[in-house]
Amino acid sequence: MADNPQKAVAPTANKRKESKRLVEAQKTYGRGKTIDTHNIRDKKLRSNLKTVENKYKAAALHAKDAEILLEHEAGFLEPEAELERTYKVSQDEIKENVGIETAKKGFELRLQDTGPYRADYSRNGRELLLAGRKGHVATMDWRSGKLGCELQLGETVRDARWLHNNQFFAVAQKRSVYIYDQTGTEIHCLNKLLEPLYLEFLPYHFLLASAQMSGFLKYTDTSTGQLVAELPTRLGAPTSLAQNPWNAIIHVGHQNGNVTLWSPNSQTPLVKALVHRGPVRSMAMDRQGRYMVSTGQDMRMNVWDIRMFREVHSYSCYQPGASVSISDRGLTAVGWGTQVSVWRGLFDAAVADQGKVQSPYMAWGGDGQRIENLRWCPFEDVLGVTHDQGFASIIVPGAGEPNFDALEANPYENTRQRQEAEVQGLLHKLQPGMISLDPTFIGRLDTISNQKRQEERNLDFKPEDPIEKLKNRGRGRNSALRKYLRKKGRRNVVDEKSVKAEMLRAQHASRAKDRLRAEREDLGPALARFAKKDT
Amino acid sequence: MKIKAISRPVSSQQAPGSSVVRQPRNLDPAQHPFERAREYTRALNATKLQRLFAAPFLGQIGDGHVDGVYSMAKDPGSLQRFASGSGDGVVKVWDLTTQAEIWNTQAHENIVKGLCWTPDRKLLTCASDKTVKLFDPYNSSSDAPPLATYLGQGAFNSVSHHRHLPHFAAASSQISIYDLSRPSSTPSQTLHWPTSVDTITSLAFNQTETSILGSTGIDRSVILYDLRTSSPLSKVVLRLASNAIAWNPMEAFNFAVANEDHNVYIFDMRKMDRALNVLKDHVAAVMDVEFSPTGEELVTASYDKTVRLWNRAQGHSRDIYHTQRMQRVFSVKFTPDNKYVLSGSDDGNIRLWRTNASDRSGIISARQRSKLDYDKALVERYSHMPEIKRIKRQRHVPKTIKKAREIKREEIMAIKRREENVRKHTSKDKLKPRRNEREKMILTQEK
Repeated sequence: MADNPQKAVAPTANKRKESKRLVEAQKTYGRGKTIDTHNIRDKKLRSNLKTVENKYKAAALHAKDAEILLEHEAGFLEPEAELERTYKVSQDEIKENVGIETAKKGFELRLQDTGPYRADYSRNGRELLLAGRKGHVATMDWRSGKLGCELQLGETVRDARWLHNNQFFAVAQKRSVYIYDQTGTEIHCLNKLLEPLYLEFLPYHFLLASAQMSGFLKYTDTSTGQLVAELPTRLGAPTSLAQNPWNAIIHVGHQNGNVTLWSPNSQTPLVKALVHRGPVRSMAMDRQGRYMVSTGQDMRMNVWDIRMFREVHSYSCYQPGASVSISDRGLTAVGWGTQVSVWRGLFDAAVADQGKVQSPYMAWGGDGQRIENLRWCPFEDVLGVTHDQGFASIIVPGAGEPNFDALEANPYENTRQRQEAEVQGLLHKLQPGMISLDPTFIGRLDTISNQKRQEERNLDFKPEDPIEKLKNRGRGRNSALRKYLRKKGRRNVVDEKSVKAEMLRAQHASRAKDRLRAEREDLGPALARFAKKDT
Repeated sequence: MKIKAISRPVSSQQAPGSSVVRQPRNLDPAQHPFERAREYTRALNATKLQRLFAAPFLGQIGDGHVDGVYSMAKDPGSLQRFASGSGDGVVKVWDLTTQAEIWNTQAHENIVKGLCWTPDRKLLTCASDKTVKLFDPYNSSSDAPPLATYLGQGAFNSVSHHRHLPHFAAASSQISIYDLSRPSSTPSQTLHWPTSVDTITSLAFNQTETSILGSTGIDRSVILYDLRTSSPLSKVVLRLASNAIAWNPMEAFNFAVANEDHNVYIFDMRKMDRALNVLKDHVAAVMDVEFSPTGEELVTASYDKTVRLWNRAQGHSRDIYHTQRMQRVFSVKFTPDNKYVLSGSDDGNIRLWRTNASDRSGIISARQRSKLDYDKALVERYSHMPEIKRIKRQRHVPKTIKKAREIKREEIMAIKRREENVRKHTSKDKLKPRRNEREKMILTQEK
């Protein structure tokens, strides 16, 4: 055995391969750091935690193995020659090179008199909602080109959003928010949402967030109809609104360049960040809630890391970016003036600290249509662009998530599945109280109150004496004891605590006196006056 | 330029010629936001559903007895037969599947205190009329005379059969071991602790370590005996007397005693200076205790008219069963399949309960079973969350018990306060260390 080195090497090589596989699996499917079970002294706890850790490990590996079942591949746009540039590729060229079915997904709608438009795709990307500023609202199954309903509201429409599925949508009209069903029948008027500017829907919480002209941010529960929270931003009319899909935090952009982060649980913003030197025009967060891209009137596009609240890059635009949107695979579309540019690898560059991305991935426009709003179609390589003369659906290869999870959002769902998903969604509706910056805080152990309870249960427990703690800390003018006396001990109330503190001070003083006298004696009568008075 | 965009052929969604729509999955965590919160919500819903479907009471067995049911015994060789003895000396044998009476006899003149099946399916009954009788319910008609009668010196309180030898032990003021294979009606051997004279209330053979015998007595003692040396092994004296003793069928060295001080104590027979666990929740004396066949759970019957189910490792009960008409419960048993609990009470009824209140018998589809398993795992995973804990623990209890619980809590707090006050005013060198809750009730231990 020992003569044959190959046999001895084989198991270690195998092991290395295994551990590499595990590391790879845990990178995508792991749930945080593993617990080191070696240092746990409690035998039962150790074995329990070991089983749990092994389960997590096995789950990550199984999930990695299940990748073989993903059947679709993402799109791409790659130059073959050295001088080819992806941003030079036109829509016509793409349509020629992809299949007929895919090419049909690129189209334009001319809606000249009622623009500018705003658009929204339903959660599974099947339906499109268009809302023109002058009151024209339409829904359509955009792939088959079938019109769902069409409304001429006859008043200003500022924003429109699909609710949890393609059956309902909310429209921010001149005075209040209205909810319509798929046939265009008005079913609710949300009177309390006065003069709404922007809407945002949180699908897992069934919350409709709307930013008011008055500066209020209001959350409405669309399953019960109750107003959950009214939050005053106190920064004037918001200039933009966006949700972080990872933790359901709402970002509000303001006129002074601030971005504030809100949850319905606090009357003050969770975070306030100065992002631009002018009004924040638009914001977008990536789907894992790591980065925020914002555009402002100061002609900048900033990339922020929202885990650290730090700007990672700042790009300049030729004109203020009117709209920005991030696709599932991290492509960032910015609409500025009449142009749309799509950036790739903004966040990879931030991770690797490589510096800026030099040129955009794709470009579109420049035909005199002022861009109003950009929306990525989920699970498709399609970007919906609304402008003052209508709507354009453009093909951006490599933007969409190719492999959808049918139990999460299914682009091919039938009626039965849609109904089932609606019921499941309502059953598992998340409470507004669960919204926080860290979405994994739920289920954590409350160790602090447990510790307190243990202390209370322990009958021999002695509470820590604050004065006793001060006893041996610091001397001189600003000792801890003097500070305590100054702040708390000199009231006109004589109680146990103040008596004790005074006693301690007297002790200190007499000790200092003794020390001084001893030093004087040491130095003798001639030098005694140089003794140090207090240390 | 190489160009490719996503295109999904129809066949990837629905195979040609099939009517089944595929539902592809993608386990990438990026596609599943709020997984913690959603899982928690599911766990919360599962907990609520469990409470919603909780319906523990199934019904009573047959017509019960005319007098109270003070003893029960299940046939170790059968899933469906069990016997019950009542206060008027009648013994009945029941069939669980039909819930009907199949055999009965006027066995004694007095309260039937103990019942036990022999391995060859005969029934031993004992009563305070100083006799132990052997019946054959399987092969004889009702009211048939006993096969044998064994006489003793005093009233008998309990009887237990050896796992495989033809011996049984009966408890009076001493433990008498009778031999079934001999014609004599007098005991072949007697066991007792040298200094104790009081009545022995219950006894049980260990079914795994077969020659070990445990007993509880009126003198507050719990005594273990070994038949091989025909001598007692050890004795602990508790604060109050114990009413019943039960061995753990899976961990043969552990046993539980039901005590008059409202608690159940689980002991390890190798280390009797402290209890393994103290089960506290009853508000009156515990009359009977039994381990489940899995050894994981316990069921207790109490004088407070309730039956409680316990997890072996936890200090408080998992569930409480009561009805308006159930009186003091004197005997309780798990069925051998661990699915049901039988309780015999003072009102003469034998009641059938589910072990898990929200379980349903009958066939479940694989889908439903996997859902139930998933829900169970979820509830366990989030069991530390306050909301889930609260919903899981919440029970409606009768007013009397609620009141009694409040009074008991107040009394215990008062005792504690008094003890603390004494400690506070005792000099440090005289201060005894605090005794653990698990060893407080032990007064002395002898070997």
